[in-house]
Amino acid sequence: MPELRVQALTANIAEITDFIDSHLEEADCPLKAQTQIDIAVDEICSNISFYAYGPEKGDILVNYDYDPDTRLCTITFSDSGIPFDPLAVKEPDTTVPVEERDIGGMGIFLVRKTMDQVSYEYKDGMNHLTIQKKI
Amino acid sequence: MLNIKKDQKDDKLTIALNGKLDTMTSPQLEEEISGCLEGISELVLDLAGLEYISSAGLRVILSMQKIMNRSGEMRVIHVNEVIQDIFDVTGFSDILTIA
Repeated sequence: MPELRVQALTANIAEITDFIDSHLEEADCPLKAQTQIDIAVDEICSNISFYAYGPEKGDILVNYDYDPDTRLCTITFSDSGIPFDPLAVKEPDTTVPVEERDIGGMGIFLVRKTMDQVSYEYKDGMNHLTIQKKI
Repeated sequence: MLNIKKDQKDDKLTIALNGKLDTMTSPQLEEEISGCLEGISELVLDLAGLEYISSAGLRVILSMQKIMNRSGEMRVIHVNEVIQDIFDVTGFSDILTIA
């Protein structure tokens, strides 16, 4: 299973996106699904970069898996930072007027809306967030 | 990567975005618009060259809309399918004037 480990910095999100895109292109992923996955990568990795480790430094580990029979793409993002389940965050109210809109939580909400499945697990001292999408 | 092109005629400003509006590039747009919306009564945001937008980009667009609500109007044009979907699921379609 292809794997990438980088330091959890927003400057490294492009490297993670390139890694994922190269595999998606190999799998002939349609552009729309690829774009949605790229956005999910940005949301998840920026969250880890900003919040997982506080002032300390740590890594993001990315695992990519693809099943050609079902065309299911599975990507897991792991970090050994503060335990945090992004799926436990309340969904934003998208019906409130623009002037009162608080945009917190919008990123993970977008990920949940565009991926087929999003799951979280805290195991062996690490956060593991997995996204799945049929491509 | 993001390219920002600004075209101003009197109090009408068109901002055309090319590339990706994400965590890394959104601060660039934020910086570009700071101060330059003063005296503008019509703002056109041209997304023809925008490949995708993440929540960091939505934040900047929301702040632009809030500024223009006070001083004029803002229109968003040439929205591609992926970006339209994002505007739809986040409720931004109701906030923005998409032409």
